Amino acid sequence: MMINWKVIINIAKTHLLTKIKQTATAALGVTFGIGAYITLVCFMTGLNAMLDDLILNVTPHIHIFNEIEPSKKQPVDLYNEFQNTFNVVHSVKPKQSQKRIHNALPIINYLNKDPKVRGAIPQIKEQIFYIAGSIELGGNLTGIDVLQEVELFNFKDYIIKGTPQALSNNDNGILLGAGVAEKMSLKVGDRVQVSTIGGDIFPLKIVGIYQSGIADIDNIQSFANVKTVQRILGQAENYITDINVKLHDIEHAFPLSKKIEQQFKLTAIDIKTANAQFETGTTIRNLITYSVSITLLIVAGFGIYNILNMLIYEKMNDIAILKATGFSGKDVQLIFMSQAMIIGIVGGVLGLLIGLGLSHFIGSLPFETEALPTITTYPINHNPNFYVIGITFALISTFLAGYLPSRKAKKIDPVKIIRGQ
Amino acid sequence: MKTVLEAKNINKYFKKPVLFHVLKDISFAVNQGEFASIMGKSGCGKSTLLYILSTMDTDYDGELYLNNELITGQEREKLSYVRNKHIGFVFQFHYLLSEFSVLENVMLPAKKLGEKTHAEIEHNAIEKLRVLEIDHLAKKRASRISGGEKQRVAIARALINNPSIIMGDEPTGNLDSYNSDNVFNIFKQLSDEQGLSLLVVTHDIDFANKTDRIIEMGDGRIIN
Repeated sequence: MMINWKVIINIAKTHLLTKIKQTATAALGVTFGIGAYITLVCFMTGLNAMLDDLILNVTPHIHIFNEIEPSKKQPVDLYNEFQNTFNVVHSVKPKQSQKRIHNALPIINYLNKDPKVRGAIPQIKEQIFYIAGSIELGGNLTGIDVLQEVELFNFKDYIIKGTPQALSNNDNGILLGAGVAEKMSLKVGDRVQVSTIGGDIFPLKIVGIYQSGIADIDNIQSFANVKTVQRILGQAENYITDINVKLHDIEHAFPLSKKIEQQFKLTAIDIKTANAQFETGTTIRNLITYSVSITLLIVAGFGIYNILNMLIYEKMNDIAILKATGFSGKDVQLIFMSQAMIIGIVGGVLGLLIGLGLSHFIGSLPFETEALPTITTYPINHNPNFYVIGITFALISTFLAGYLPSRKAKKIDPVKIIRGQ
Repeated sequence: MKTVLEAKNINKYFKKPVLFHVLKDISFAVNQGEFASIMGKSGCGKSTLLYILSTMDTDYDGELYLNNELITGQEREKLSYVRNKHIGFVFQFHYLLSEFSVLENVMLPAKKLGEKTHAEIEHNAIEKLRVLEIDHLAKKRASRISGGEKQRVAIARALINNPSIIMGDEPTGNLDSYNSDNVFNIFKQLSDEQGLSLLVVTHDIDFANKTDRIIEMGDGRIIN
């Protein structure tokens, strides 16, 4: 026997319209739940993306350098006569070795030819002291190819004063960390003296101010051209301490880093290993979003459950008469299920619209903080998938909320109701 | 003559609060065009019998035939279909869907049956209302009409699918004598003119006396 949907929906609709206040209350519960979910999830994931970008933009997908560590194979291990003996070597120290990457320029060329690599660029990291007047501050000076950094790592976003071109055009320029500049009361155009660990002092002109948004970095970090740093250190043009690699697909970072380690006997750290804690942060924020949304929807679900239960109680006579005139238990169940689903769909769609409106509203609010120079409004992630998840949520929760009361309606014995009068 | 409804050796027990044998070996038949009434004192089981005959109560022993087809033991979905197509009901209380219009109430069983188009059903429903002289109420909400009118709407609804039999459980029990006579006359007319079978449970001896046949019950048995 086929189900006559038109009749069922018509009855469901009439019931809902005559109880418009209760229907609206139930639908508003769903609306509120879904609206809150959309708003929360757009905002939270926007925040996640912003915080991740904060780190990921300045972090290479693979960072290659020469780790200073004691040799794993001590000379005694090479000696055949002691092969099967138990050797103890006390006080193992790392060998005197250079921080530089041997053959750095050919390695960079090699990596740049790999189709998975978007770019591999050299860096020189050196610990220095900033000297301005009588103040001496410890810090890091990194030699970079600034134009390539801009292209691959959004470096420009972090230059709050001055331009990347100003640095690349000036062999004696320095891009000073915002924290350093503040501590030493320096501004663009001033001079700062830089002292190497060896004690050599070089005057550099401040061409810009760098701010990453992470105070610990901004308080010590400055940038200069690769050549400038090589000159300060008195090193040749092939002196490179670090290679930063950006890939087309971040998923290749781990296998490629392992390959590089094997091939060149260097240390290569991929981004996921280096920043595992950020994934944890993202997971926890997602967890909060979903638990709040699910709580709201469960509350909304109970609202629907309650109202349907009440409706079924009020409509006992109607249910009995429908059954007596030939509607099956299943038809009656479908009538009440339809009511739940109508509430779910109307409430859910309204919720999506409210979520859309609210998230756009939040996204337009100004949000300016010194720590995040590139952000001007609250970060919102407008991902259409959230709307699909939202409406699915709404439908599932109203389905569950409608199922139990409607099953009760299905089982009502019409004889009991009719004879009970 | 063709038998519309036949009960064979029907027994029913109420299990709560104590085991009670309500219907004892009931056997009888209703023929086509027959207007039968079931009489008996309160508690003699006449309504219980009617609900078994109506297929709504399936908890009994014995066999029930409608149009010579065995109904006992059929699936619930099938029984719903049988009620929809072959049985019309009129209850003591009017049992209209109060939020729907009179016309919609009458049309509902036909819409459920789904054998005719909406236009045909509407036409038939108005026709039934006209026969019962209440076609002017068609657009009114079912909750806004009088008791006598409601009962006539219920009769129109019972007729909409041209059932094999109409069953009534004290259909005049809640009406004054004027409306009571009115309902009886409608039943009588349907029986005489359209050859409709009717089976009506009643307390009203005057009503019963005017029917073709009185089935008298006492203590769960057919006495007469």
